[in-house]
Amino acid sequence: MTRSALEFDRVSKSFFGVAALSDVTLSIPEGCLLGLIGENGAGKSTLMNALAGVITPDQGTMRLFGVPFHPTCPADATRAGIAFIHQELNLFSNLSVVDNLYIDGFPRLCRLPIIDKRKAYRQAAELLTAVDLCLSPATPIELLTPGERQLVEIAKALGRNARIIIFDEPTTSLTAAERSKLFQVIDNLRREGRTIIYISHSLDDVLRLADTIAVLRDGKLVSTGPGDQYSANRMVADMVGREIAQMYPARASAPGPESVLDVKSLTQPGMIKDISFTLHEGEVLGVFGLMGSGRSELARIVYGLDPFKSGSIRVRGTDAGAPSPIRSIRNGVAFVTENRRQEGLLMEAPVSENIDLSSLRRYARYGSARIIDRRAALKAARQMAESLQIKSGSIDRHRAKHLSGGNQQKVVIAKWLLTDPGILILDEPTRGIDVGAKYELYSIINDLASRGTAILYISSELEELTGMCDRILVMSNGEIQAQFRHSEFDQESVLQAAFRGRTTANQTEANGEN
Amino acid sequence: MKLDNTLLRWPKAVVLSNHFILVLTVLFFLVMWGIYPHMAGRRNLANLLSNTWPLLALVLGQMFVLIVGGIDLSQTSIMAVTSVLGAMVMATSLEPTRFAHNPLWGVLISEQGGWLSGSPWAVPVAVLSFVVAGASIGLLNGLAVAKLRMPPFMVTLVTMSFFSGLAIYLTQSENVRPLPDSFIAIGKGTLGPISPPMLIVVVLALLAFVVLDRSILGRWFYAVGQNAETAKISGVPTKRVIVLAYAFSGLCAAVGAILYSARLEAGRPTLGRNLLLDVIGAAVIGGISLFGGKGKVLWAVYGVLFFVVLDNSLNKMPLDFYSIDIIKGAVILLAALLDALRTRLSLYHAPLAGAP
Repeated sequence: MTRSALEFDRVSKSFFGVAALSDVTLSIPEGCLLGLIGENGAGKSTLMNALAGVITPDQGTMRLFGVPFHPTCPADATRAGIAFIHQELNLFSNLSVVDNLYIDGFPRLCRLPIIDKRKAYRQAAELLTAVDLCLSPATPIELLTPGERQLVEIAKALGRNARIIIFDEPTTSLTAAERSKLFQVIDNLRREGRTIIYISHSLDDVLRLADTIAVLRDGKLVSTGPGDQYSANRMVADMVGREIAQMYPARASAPGPESVLDVKSLTQPGMIKDISFTLHEGEVLGVFGLMGSGRSELARIVYGLDPFKSGSIRVRGTDAGAPSPIRSIRNGVAFVTENRRQEGLLMEAPVSENIDLSSLRRYARYGSARIIDRRAALKAARQMAESLQIKSGSIDRHRAKHLSGGNQQKVVIAKWLLTDPGILILDEPTRGIDVGAKYELYSIINDLASRGTAILYISSELEELTGMCDRILVMSNGEIQAQFRHSEFDQESVLQAAFRGRTTANQTEANGEN
Repeated sequence: MKLDNTLLRWPKAVVLSNHFILVLTVLFFLVMWGIYPHMAGRRNLANLLSNTWPLLALVLGQMFVLIVGGIDLSQTSIMAVTSVLGAMVMATSLEPTRFAHNPLWGVLISEQGGWLSGSPWAVPVAVLSFVVAGASIGLLNGLAVAKLRMPPFMVTLVTMSFFSGLAIYLTQSENVRPLPDSFIAIGKGTLGPISPPMLIVVVLALLAFVVLDRSILGRWFYAVGQNAETAKISGVPTKRVIVLAYAFSGLCAAVGAILYSARLEAGRPTLGRNLLLDVIGAAVIGGISLFGGKGKVLWAVYGVLFFVVLDNSLNKMPLDFYSIDIIKGAVILLAALLDALRTRLSLYHAPLAGAP
């Protein structure tokens, strides 16, 4: 029997009386890949933070290769051979690969405070080969794709001789090719005897990789066992504590005949080319594309955040000219951006002030002084929060940053629903939120469509689009490559279209960046 | 983690309270009163208050710029240049021996005094030119920051240098005086217990409060400071909001210039020269964040009160000019530290959903 690399023994932690972890006992054999899953707030991050020394457990102990382990700061964990590969990568994008690999300890020349550059480059090149990355160590990080950056992070962990490597949602921003390469590298790491903890909402990935699976719910370990005893259904059932019969709620309505958004030959050099489509009342129109296909750029241009060179955008039959966010809101267009922290929320502001931000003009009194009718604004925000079932303390005091990912996303949607939009653009609306919240979000979208809202649904998750949309447009290289009606949905042909022109796209992208 | 101790709960509530700085000011005042009994004397209190109003006017303006995530270093040079311009409109007579070499001699000013010397319109037009000039320079700052996307620090550093130089050039380093009595009355006169500076600045503060706390524009100021990108996507006219903040800061600087000039009975080209640290120091002590998105009129008032009491008591001590600056600097540093501590405390104090 192999020895345990890492043991948690009755580890508990609570924040202000709320238990984030209770009595978690878990042992991970050396050289094993543990798939750790659970909804947001289930305790995954708390458990990992305990391991990283970011927090100290209230009770319980951890053992590393049989030795009690009590980290008090992240450096303790690093020294003990634990490496974290985070969702948001911790690389300095202005520095080169080699600088990033050795930022906390360059090889020195004869112990002098002088960097042994030659040695650093040689070692860096070896590390890059180990993760199957053909790059010069001198390449600046900003020129790398998200997948390549991930591999650099892994190389960094290898450079520190990490025995335990923790991956937190590593695939969210990767293309399919990059994902399979990452999996290969992970397989290699495991073969070398390294222990891996893999945290992800992507259940298929976990099933594909994990030797052992552990499911957390409400801070408790609800089940654990060999990976082959789990199916996606069981994992979901364990995570939410009930069976979800369907991943996607059924739609009761069909699109209406009236077109509300007409995009004709929209072109912006370097971003999108000759895009035309029509969005109808009550329709959910999907836009599928890989990273860099121009899907988000299209949304930003239609909403008026970026300019376009030629073509036209017509909203309900009238030319929108060159839209701006203010004009778009007036035209009833709403935009849930891909990145809710940086572009969707005021993290420091109360939930209510996030919800009414875009519709403040409706609550203005006293003419041009535009004093806010605070009671009316708060009442409207509260109603919206209730109808979307946002779980938050008192919304006028609780700040957005204290909510979970799913609830934060609902706050962004609440903000836009309060503007009464006829057209809702969603860019990756379910990114980084858990299964239960996803289902609720899907129900909200269906409900909006049934009331006539036209929805442009951008996603890199094909399954989600096939489950939700009436039609799917497939983008690649800034162009629409194909269009599928609901009856014609077929994973394979959609993917083929998405990869069309992909290799040339990569080349031009690389040239553009240089 | 040990911060969650029951023993620390009460002090923590005080430190986190909105009125913490006021409590601190009162305590400090009481201690100083024990040492220097005349601190609470009628004359000293009057002196304290008269120092409060012009500084508050400046801090109110600075606060708007800080809230949108900028900084206005040019406020003091706006004071200097508006003071000079306003005085050149209304001065009642000017000595040729001191002003004959002035570039504006014979154009705007002459032996008979300023442009409108003796006219009943002199004071109103002068006051208007203070305000218009101040707001215009602020507008210039705002346009450079919002439209040209230049860093606020650089923009206002340059305008500071330019306009303080201009003020000295326009006057060739001479104070512009005498000024009409009706203008001087703004600084000195009283209407019962209410002085004109108090009336002016209280109105300004109320205006700032209504805008920030009650109006759509106010919510926009905070939104831009907290996250400009989110604000823009949510339909906030971010550029207009930024320009307005700087223009208001310039206007407030001009109001401060009116009050100081009236008190000094002259248009002074070096007006406010050492005031910048006081303004930003009072704002920071009050709890207005240099990182943007945070600030309240009440905090500005408390910060100014603390600063004025501190200044007043330091002047009572047997210290030279430079030691006073050293102590002031140390107190501002302490305030900045305290602000960081308060932010951390409030983090631990807030309910946590899931992992930290």
